[in-house]
Amino acid sequence: MTTAPADAAVPGTSGVSDAAHGGSHGLTGRGYVRVAVILALITALEVSTYYVDFGPFFLPALIIMMVVKFLMVVSYFMHLRFDHGLFSFLFYSGLVLAIGVYVAFLSTLHFFLR
Amino acid sequence: MAEAALHGAAHGAAHPHTSTGLSNVKLGMWVFLGSECLLFGGLISTYMLYRGRVSQGPTPAQVFDIPFTSVSSFVLLMSSLTMVLAVSAAKLGDDRRTNLWLTVTALLGATFVGGQVYEFTAFYNEGLGFGTSLFSSSFYTLTGFHGVHVTVGIIMLMSLVGIFRRSRVPGSKSETVEMVGLYWHFVDIVWIVIFTLIYLIPV
Repeated sequence: MTTAPADAAVPGTSGVSDAAHGGSHGLTGRGYVRVAVILALITALEVSTYYVDFGPFFLPALIIMMVVKFLMVVSYFMHLRFDHGLFSFLFYSGLVLAIGVYVAFLSTLHFFLR
Repeated sequence: MAEAALHGAAHGAAHPHTSTGLSNVKLGMWVFLGSECLLFGGLISTYMLYRGRVSQGPTPAQVFDIPFTSVSSFVLLMSSLTMVLAVSAAKLGDDRRTNLWLTVTALLGATFVGGQVYEFTAFYNEGLGFGTSLFSSSFYTLTGFHGVHVTVGIIMLMSLVGIFRRSRVPGSKSETVEMVGLYWHFVDIVWIVIFTLIYLIPV
């Protein structure tokens, strides 16, 4: 009979742990800090667009940075990357439905033509 | 036999005896968060539609304080880090660190809400009431709803700390922390969207 796997949450090794008690995999403490630092740097870059003229790249850059931050939090902090696919399906279904419904709603009111 | 029972208990949270083999609580939470996307999607869309509709009172560019809101955003972002550290500690069965990180998360959340109250007060003093314009109504409704979500999260975090101190947690303790964590991270990702679309993109 196998025993519960020893927790591999050793900071600075692989950066990924197999939490024996919770079931879902995730990063180590150091891995989470790394993700948070990246998120903070992206936020700083976002704020810089308010002061620095990025020209035509302003809007696409902001949207891309927003999406990257969103996905990083969902994937690593909310563990969707390491969890069962059904959880991803349930969440992204709601998200895609919301985006679809409200893009249609805004299009109907000619929002994107302004 | 006893070893098998212990092994099963250790993995109870990971492989519950449900028809899907997954925790129904966790499934329910993800369905709830998916539905919350529709709620905030509606509020954000309404704001986007009305943000330029200022018949009287100040415009967004006149009232928004980007440096202040950037600091608030950073605080909320860091609260996601402390929350995930609390979840990690709970999974390892480290009650002391779990309580510590939950408390720090609640404090960071309270700082964010305090900043929002300060911001609303400053806007009001500059002549931006709830009914001043379509912009102000949609702005206060959107950010107010988000603030209420953060406040509910803080209440849940502090309740968890209190319940853990009395050791009255039914079921898996780590799963309970994880569920509150999912809610907290969701509130954070909603703010990521709000900060970019509402504050950083000019009208």
